[in-house]
Amino acid sequence: MATDAVQKMTFWNRLAHPGQFVQWTRPLVWPLAGLSLVLFLAGLYFAFFVSPAEKYMGDTVRIMYVHVPSAWLSQFVYATMAASALGTLIWRHPMADVSMKAAAPLGATFTAMALFTGALWGRPTWGTFWEWDGRMTSTLVLLFIYFGIIALWRAFDDQLRAARVVAVFTLVGAVNIPIIKFSVDWWSTLHQPASVFRADGPTMPPEILTPLFVMFFAFTLLFAVLQLVGMHTEVRRRRVTTLERRAARGESR
Amino acid sequence: MIALGDHAEFILAAYAGVFVTLALVISWTVVAARRTTRRLEELGDTRRADNANP
Repeated sequence: MATDAVQKMTFWNRLAHPGQFVQWTRPLVWPLAGLSLVLFLAGLYFAFFVSPAEKYMGDTVRIMYVHVPSAWLSQFVYATMAASALGTLIWRHPMADVSMKAAAPLGATFTAMALFTGALWGRPTWGTFWEWDGRMTSTLVLLFIYFGIIALWRAFDDQLRAARVVAVFTLVGAVNIPIIKFSVDWWSTLHQPASVFRADGPTMPPEILTPLFVMFFAFTLLFAVLQLVGMHTEVRRRRVTTLERRAARGESR
Repeated sequence: MIALGDHAEFILAAYAGVFVTLALVISWTVVAARRTTRRLEELGDTRRADNANP
């Protein structure tokens, strides 16, 4: 029991110490990047050479293989940031705000990609690039929330103080995530309801689900790689700030 | 490659937009990482960069 407690403390200490975190996670970057690349190549092969045209949407179903992973990540990245915000506010975890800061531009990118691919899918399918319905409007709001968070980080010189403000803002903005998810059930919309993650199973045939899942994991692994590298950079950036302040005060290292 | 039908331009534009954006994000991440490491070296960081403790 006591040994378990010591081991758990050691694990959390390693995770909480920025230098240890970087050392610990650095060996993961290249294997994850390689796996992501292989999955992207396989996904493209399945999307363009194996996937059939869908019964109703025809060939535009191929846009789904990049749209759905982007849309999934737009919300998953925000969920990661909300969990990190709790880590910042409740446990004052040193890596939690580093995680929040690294994730925000990635979340904004995936959200912008989801909106872009959704518009290109909407035009041939619904006859319009844009409609102010629940799903699209709440996703646009999510993009603006990401922009707000990025701007907040840049507004503070003291990043520890910024972290607490951003954490509160992130948790308030998290209310938008269930709105995006359930908007297709709550309001009349052009957007199709959930067709993959359903209690009664996916409504798509396996030849369409396969490229979708391959791309889903390719995108998610890419996010993991970019998030890790972004966190490593943020740890070093804070070390740079510390050294620059010491140099300005004329202290030795 | 199979024919992409009547809406080929929408499909190709979606994929081009996604992969150009991903390439930009990957490049930005790598450039930011290298710039920060170089700055640490300029400041004469005596610790290994990956041991940095802010």
